[in-house]
Amino acid sequence: MPFETPHARLLVPATAKKGDVVTIKTLISHPMDSGFAKDSTGKIVPREIINTFTCSYNGKQILKMGLQPAISSNPFIAFDVKVDQSGTFDFTWVDDNGQTYKDSATITVS
Amino acid sequence: MIDTFGSRDSAVSRGRALAATAAGLFGFAFAGVPRPASATPSDVAKEMATFGAPPTVGKVTITAPEIAENGNTVPIAITVDSPMTATNYVKKITMLGDGNPQAEIASFDLTPDMGSAHVELRIRLAQTQNVVAVAQMSDGTTFMATKPIKVTIGGCGG
Repeated sequence: MPFETPHARLLVPATAKKGDVVTIKTLISHPMDSGFAKDSTGKIVPREIINTFTCSYNGKQILKMGLQPAISSNPFIAFDVKVDQSGTFDFTWVDDNGQTYKDSATITVS
Repeated sequence: MIDTFGSRDSAVSRGRALAATAAGLFGFAFAGVPRPASATPSDVAKEMATFGAPPTVGKVTITAPEIAENGNTVPIAITVDSPMTATNYVKKITMLGDGNPQAEIASFDLTPDMGSAHVELRIRLAQTQNVVAVAQMSDGTTFMATKPIKVTIGGCGG
């Protein structure tokens, strides 16, 4: 089955006040084949999931998540970050093939 | 009947959606086929044993629907009561389920920079089960919460 290149969608506030706790929402398109499901011919679809997600802010790691097959397809992850200065969020998703998908967003803190 | 892990649930493309339907019909026609082995409460207990002393119940809140109509995507929020300062913060949150083929669902390594220990995600539940969240604090203590979630048949549940 053709595999589309995963693309990420991010929801990061453009601005915030110093010391605010902002919520960041991320979603990446990915089938997250669990390795337990069968296709229409009854064959087990091999496991192929995003197994690691990391978010860093101005180069410093904020959150690292380990994903298991029990995570829904097109994994959605939301979390809070306290922002003290303007900067860039870098998001990284790594799948079972070792492929890495990256995206980033900036925030202006006043 | 058809369980979450036995059918494709991708909505990535129309082709995949069709494949999911096909897999669903197949699963329905052979409903007698045994489902993948489930994690049991003892599997969860084994995972829990890796935390050392049994976690204290409290401080952790799991927000989730009591009845999940579609086991393919169940929204979950986990909040831990912690000031998230450099000296007192949540180091790790581990999520387990006792009715999925594999006990572990996800794990989060948190940092004080998050400001609040709050994460949201969407998970698969193969059948009605207890979802457990364990929080490991920076001082070595552990806290937990358990939430039973019912998965109904209508949503590809078991």
